Amino acid sequence: MLTLDHYLVLSAILFFLGAVGVMVRAQIIVVLMCLELMLNAVNLAFVAFARHLGSVEGQVIVLFVMVVAAAEVAVGLAIAVAIFRQKGAVGIDDLRVMKW
Amino acid sequence: MELVYFYILSFIVVVSAVFVVFLRRPLHNVLFMILTMIGVACLMLQLEAEFIAMVQLIVYAGAVMVLFLFVVMLVNITQADLLSQLSAVRGWAGALVAFAIFGVILTVFKVGGQTAAPQAQAAQHLTNTELVARELFTTYLLPFEVASVLLLAAIIGAVILVRKGR
Repeated sequence: MLTLDHYLVLSAILFFLGAVGVMVRAQIIVVLMCLELMLNAVNLAFVAFARHLGSVEGQVIVLFVMVVAAAEVAVGLAIAVAIFRQKGAVGIDDLRVMKW
Repeated sequence: MELVYFYILSFIVVVSAVFVVFLRRPLHNVLFMILTMIGVACLMLQLEAEFIAMVQLIVYAGAVMVLFLFVVMLVNITQADLLSQLSAVRGWAGALVAFAIFGVILTVFKVGGQTAAPQAQAAQHLTNTELVARELFTTYLLPFEVASVLLLAAIIGAVILVRKGR
């Protein structure tokens, strides 16, 4: 019997993997991709809850999450390209300037 | 039967997510990310969210990942960049924090999953897309318009950021 808990545990595992990626990886592009992984995990939890509660509102929220994710990816990748033009590298540690 | 499908799909999703996080080359990361997205879309199909699953396939696996692929190929990541990792201390600290987040989420889900009572699906004669559209254009009309403005702002911002010769 497939229950809500199955999907929630899977979603938690995906979110955890994405969080590990964000904290461990050193390239901006990969970090952005791991953020997408975390957002996907959240979307899965939303859809699972929407099914479980018999309501469609969770799916509408997922649409909005997707909109924000697309905007974030577009701007984030543009920033990565701009940094690459300026510094010739896309490591997290190449962004020290903003700290001072 | 659907339990078997679920386990096969979640195995694919989790394994490819592990590859996304731990493979060294960004190109391989992107390709396995596409596999993850397709797996999640199949899981959403299983949850009877057909419209969201298709949007996931077209927008995420299609558009967003192609954008990633373009940038990975455009930005030439050298061998030195690939080898540069964060220091071991920072890596372990990050993994520890991620584990803490995992514990918190599981606890919250344990509580939330028990209190949420299942209800019968309303309005069975409508398809999933119709249900979503009805909700989107009545209750959530204002957020919908705000989302379109947000997308416009993101387009303009991205174009200005990467424009040459300022």
